[in-house]
Amino acid sequence: MNKLTIIIASVLLLSGGYYLGKSGEKPATIIKVDSAPKAAFTSSGSEEVAAVAASGVRSLATPSSGELIIVKDGESIQDAVAAASPGAVIKVMPGTYKETVYIDKDNITLSGVIEQGKYPVLEGEGIRNDAVLYSGNGVTVENLYITHYKGNAVMGQAGNNFIIRNNIIVDTGVYGIFPQLGKNGIVSHNIVSGIEDAAIYVGMSDNVDVVFNQVFDSVAGIEIENSRHALVEGNFVYNNTGGILAFITPGLPIKSCGDVLIRNNFIVDNNHENFAIPGSLVSNIPEGTGVLVMACDDVVIEGNIITGNNSVGVTFTDFSLAGNAANDPDSDPNPNRPKVLNNIMQDNGNDPAPIVRAALAAVLTTTGPDIVDTVGMDDGCILNPERYRTIGLDKYSECEFSTTANVASYTLPEPVPARSMEDVDKGKLAYYGVCAGCHAYSSRMIGPPTQIIQALYMDNPEGIAAYAANPVKKRDDYPEMPPQSHLDDETRMAAARFMLQVTK
Amino acid sequence: MTATGRFSWRTVLPLLLVFLASARALSADFVLSDDCPPGFELTSGHCELRSLYQMYASLEDAGVGGLKTGLPAYRDGYTPQQIDLGRYLFFDPALSADGSVSCATCHNPDQGFSDGLGRSIGASGHPLPRSAPSLWNVAFLQRFFWDARSGSLEEQMLGPLYDEHEMANTPTELLQTLNGIPAYRELFRQAWPEDFPEADSPIQLEQIYAAITAFELSLISLNSRYDQYAHGYADALTAPEKEGMNVFRSFVARCAECHTPPLFTNQQVAVIGTPDPEGMDFDPGAAEPLGEPTLRGGFKVPSLRNIALTAPYMHSGRFATLREAAAFYTGGRGHAVPEGEELKIHWHIWEPKLSDEELDRLVDFLNTLTDESFKPSVPLQLPSGLPPAHNTLVQAGDPSQEGAKNHE
Repeated sequence: MNKLTIIIASVLLLSGGYYLGKSGEKPATIIKVDSAPKAAFTSSGSEEVAAVAASGVRSLATPSSGELIIVKDGESIQDAVAAASPGAVIKVMPGTYKETVYIDKDNITLSGVIEQGKYPVLEGEGIRNDAVLYSGNGVTVENLYITHYKGNAVMGQAGNNFIIRNNIIVDTGVYGIFPQLGKNGIVSHNIVSGIEDAAIYVGMSDNVDVVFNQVFDSVAGIEIENSRHALVEGNFVYNNTGGILAFITPGLPIKSCGDVLIRNNFIVDNNHENFAIPGSLVSNIPEGTGVLVMACDDVVIEGNIITGNNSVGVTFTDFSLAGNAANDPDSDPNPNRPKVLNNIMQDNGNDPAPIVRAALAAVLTTTGPDIVDTVGMDDGCILNPERYRTIGLDKYSECEFSTTANVASYTLPEPVPARSMEDVDKGKLAYYGVCAGCHAYSSRMIGPPTQIIQALYMDNPEGIAAYAANPVKKRDDYPEMPPQSHLDDETRMAAARFMLQVTK
Repeated sequence: MTATGRFSWRTVLPLLLVFLASARALSADFVLSDDCPPGFELTSGHCELRSLYQMYASLEDAGVGGLKTGLPAYRDGYTPQQIDLGRYLFFDPALSADGSVSCATCHNPDQGFSDGLGRSIGASGHPLPRSAPSLWNVAFLQRFFWDARSGSLEEQMLGPLYDEHEMANTPTELLQTLNGIPAYRELFRQAWPEDFPEADSPIQLEQIYAAITAFELSLISLNSRYDQYAHGYADALTAPEKEGMNVFRSFVARCAECHTPPLFTNQQVAVIGTPDPEGMDFDPGAAEPLGEPTLRGGFKVPSLRNIALTAPYMHSGRFATLREAAAFYTGGRGHAVPEGEELKIHWHIWEPKLSDEELDRLVDFLNTLTDESFKPSVPLQLPSGLPPAHNTLVQAGDPSQEGAKNHE
């Protein structure tokens, strides 16, 4: 925190010196009309999603097999998940469910049924960790009311093609919605409040839209962290400590953040007292922060209404904000190429947090700016800079594009496929990756050599697959084989076929 | 040293080795395997890793994620002969100056490729500052040593080989020893035929390092019961183990945030503030080698695969059991940081207030990460003629006298 103060102070001093030195000599506002249209917006991720408009914006859907499982009040949602096959739709009726639901399968839709405004409630009672955990691809979580969990309401680990929508999340632990390490997802139309870190937190992910959510009374409203190609649009973000954040958190295994569009949001009155967990990164956020960009590259701020944030409307900064965390020699700390298009900014900086106030005092002012760049980046751009009260943007040039509207979504036109099975021989991987622990081609290991098995089974891979699932003691000179029923039928058959044709 | 009951072999070793080699270990007794170790496919003479995890992708190819997530970048591609030669070298105490310790002394296959000690004991008989990391799955690691100071296995092994407290050898003596053993000259010729055009072509240091590296890269453990669950077999884990898995990956315990599947490490350096044994100076960890003062007290996040086999835990073995190690994380942020130290404790270290039952379930889950199905066999006979040292000499010392097992 101290470091941040010093850096803001130094930036403020620099620019303050500029103003003091030329007091009364503010540069004249340049008024001009573009004679030609500006260039189209392009970004590292814009080409990949160019076809989105044709296929329909955010057309992502969890594939359904038609299997329907209904969970009624008093029953267990997890039992339904355990019984479900990929493609199943699990409908949860209104009622109270006191459990942690974990989905380690693909293409599961977990969907609440809302009757007369009554939701199915996942109740953590302050003792359960997370409400919904998923690791499968193609998971939808929707129409749930989640409250009183200690950890997260909805947490994803590496699931791709996810949809988290229409949930109401109240007073629930560390994060409300936290997809992590996933690609291609939608977080939309959720109402999230009372979260002691980020209400919606997209961590180490690619191609995610966070749209049309209402987030309030939390430390951070929406946080995009160590992620690429994220669209944050149309959200109502108010009364948090900080409204919308785009961060690199140092020390994570995926070290970049970039190509984040923060567009057409209402970022209003984010002046909540900071009640973050001590030591967390967001505990450093000054109250009254509208948008905070830390070390994340190519962030575009466009079309937002940013008002009533008592410290600063928009802050671009480096790791100095994270003074309580160790540095990461492998991450670039600067918020490279910041881009500020047209926004509405009003009434920001009226009652800065003490730390911001201290920095401002150094330049004899008590009002926070609309926009500050504490690093003083020289590769930023801004449109109509005269509209805003800014500090540290002296080196920003005029943006060459005026809108990012050509990127309707950062979700992909087609779902992320599972790794192509054409170049992966499942049987080979299972044979060498599992069977080879006991069977070598010609030499004796724990089990008999593959050559002997080949001689016994010749054209009968089914025989091998069946035996491997339920082995019986056959040979006095070898230990009994442990069952390999953990491999599914398809994999066991593929391994058996491969075993019969291997030649060395 | 006096307490170990050992005497210095340094002076008599070369003579003894020549004697043993000629008397017992005729070079004809040794033929290197032409089969790849389990887990590898022989492709154009080279061994390539095969795993069911190769069915899966991972975000940004980083090899971190959830259950069905692809592996991090890895090294493979040595020949069966080079790998097998590495196995002989790995178990041969002739690599140490006095013939008393082998790589396997501190990286014992029967102890999870670690040594069961909080702080390892090398040739000098004294406890070293840190514990011996397991070698399982080093093929996937980018950095080595607890403080992450080394970027390759070849570079890493120079530490123990030539440290006066560990194997205490020198490059010159190592070469002299191995070149003086006809069986090794024959085996190196089998492993690198093109490098031995003449009958008396000498063994090179790079070949020694490459062979040991090749063997270490073959130590793959990806077939635990957890893995069976990850690949889709829901019954692979019991109900308490699944509960433990959910605690592990919950954002309350947050274990999976750093011990991230599939390798159960994100390979980062983290400052978590675990205590050293009583009486030991504070270990500054990665700050100096990485030139980053804010990483004071930081250590590499270790993989948890086969973790049940490698007690005691943490960089200097302060915790005797997995239960104690897990309980550290619920003790409060910085609760064990010595007076006067100001560490930049990792943000995931907080106060999760895990219940005793949750800690028990965590241990249940950690026990499902054990898989030794590809454990290599110890050579029955070594080219040096020396007996393998790893199951005897550790016990010959009296570590309790030296504080090595002093967890308090």
